[in-house]
Amino acid sequence: MLEIKSLTKAFGRNKAVDTVTFTVEKPAMIGIIGRSGAGKSTLLRMLNRLTDATEGRILFEGRDVTALRGAEKRAWQSDCAMIFQQFNLVPRMDVVSNVLHGTLNRRSTLATIFNLYPEADIHRAIDILDRLGIAEHAPKRAEALSGGQQQRVAIARALMQDPKMVLADEPIASLDPMNAQMVMEDLRRIHEEDGRTVIANLHTLDTARRYCDRVIGMLAGRIVFDGTPEQLTTGVARDIYGADAGFSESATSTEIGALERVPA
Amino acid sequence: MAELSAEGTERTTDIRADYMAMTRRKRLYSGILLIVFVAMMTSGFMLADSRNAGGFWDGWHNILDFPAQVWGEAWEKAAQLPGHLLTFLPALLETINIAAASTLLGALGAIVVSLLATRGMARWPRLIPLFRRVMDVMRAIPEIVIALVLIFVLGGGPVPAMIAIAFHTVGALGKLFSEVNENASLKPVEGLQSVGASWSQRMLLGVMPQVAPNYLSYALLRFEINIRASAILGFVGAGGIGYELKNAMSWGQGKFDEAAAIFILLFLTIVFFDQISSHYRDRLTRGRPL
Repeated sequence: MLEIKSLTKAFGRNKAVDTVTFTVEKPAMIGIIGRSGAGKSTLLRMLNRLTDATEGRILFEGRDVTALRGAEKRAWQSDCAMIFQQFNLVPRMDVVSNVLHGTLNRRSTLATIFNLYPEADIHRAIDILDRLGIAEHAPKRAEALSGGQQQRVAIARALMQDPKMVLADEPIASLDPMNAQMVMEDLRRIHEEDGRTVIANLHTLDTARRYCDRVIGMLAGRIVFDGTPEQLTTGVARDIYGADAGFSESATSTEIGALERVPA
Repeated sequence: MAELSAEGTERTTDIRADYMAMTRRKRLYSGILLIVFVAMMTSGFMLADSRNAGGFWDGWHNILDFPAQVWGEAWEKAAQLPGHLLTFLPALLETINIAAASTLLGALGAIVVSLLATRGMARWPRLIPLFRRVMDVMRAIPEIVIALVLIFVLGGGPVPAMIAIAFHTVGALGKLFSEVNENASLKPVEGLQSVGASWSQRMLLGVMPQVAPNYLSYALLRFEINIRASAILGFVGAGGIGYELKNAMSWGQGKFDEAAAIFILLFLTIVFFDQISSHYRDRLTRGRPL
């Protein structure tokens, strides 16, 4: 389904993503882990075409995504939703309008600046918000919501796109443990109930273990691990993070259960 | 892929209805606003056009006549253009000098006035309205009026122009600077106050480092505006390239090649200072490249 062939992104002499190659055969929930600066964000941004690749190709259902330009590129971006660490909503617009932004690729500029969305779309946006449990906030401004709620609005916007794939760049890094858990469960449901592929950059190991079917580890732009959560031992994790024996998984955990699970 | 049911639950029906009502209201308001806007624009234009001596519809197709004639004459005498560029360079330098000196003096004045007119920083909080009104007055009087008065008093030349532009710059930059000041954090100022620093020390050491990049950015923008302003003041006898432009631009003298040379010089000057200012703004906000 998704095939990434020796994808490289160079910033000057520095390679942020270095000949990354992997394949996704069927819809799955994939977690990408690695320390900051390992190239996780750049990889996702290249998949969404927010950043252009220096070399290599991304094939989705046999189509070369890296070669798309103009309207075709925007159509691909609409098929491949992105969720950001800082939510990236329009703060002064109401929640439903933010969700309706998911349909921008299908609507003309003139209709959207006058807020002329079809009624069916508005109803669908409210249904998606209801599914994520935040329908009662529909008429509020996005900036009035808490971080966790804003992230769920961002997920609703992604769902509004009816995407073939959902990318999430550190979706829970700015959230408290309770909201982090809800957002991760939402992402898991998007995969399980809708059968969409979800690729998420995660900054904690236990989140990747708990929610993902497959974990990819990156170090200095290269893939250094690609396997199931079970294969991800503490030793492997130390290699991915370039850490020594003092590295402890529970110390960085954001999972509420972790404190009880691992007595320190 | 499993899609969401189109019916929605009972709870969402209310939310749907409420939101649709809100959307319809908003659409109605923007529709009315749009109609009022278009109506006012049209009626205003009609009124202005009916009072015009010539009339827009009769005159607008002549709009390219002047540029065409300038272009035509300049093209015929293209060989003389490099010579003209050299001839007018000293006048251009005079104009830039006027602009630079007045921007510098005006910016220094604006820093002081803006600090005195910002809540939380002012030396005399009760006098804030006074300093604001002073800035308003300085902004309200056009440079050309001050320059005309000063030229009458002091005689023609670059000095009256410089004073006139600096005066206006204090008002214009003071307003922008005081808005920058309002966004600066007062915590460093409080920190310096706690060690017993004087007002000027607090401002110089606590506020300036925070606001310097924005100040520079606004001052450079003002410099570009002032180059143009000092060129215009040349028309009323303040010297510089404006005086030359006025002489070259009069119809029927066959000097449009000189006018073209002056336009080219002015354009290149603006491009040059725009490039320089974006370079330094970048460096101040992001820090020196290592």
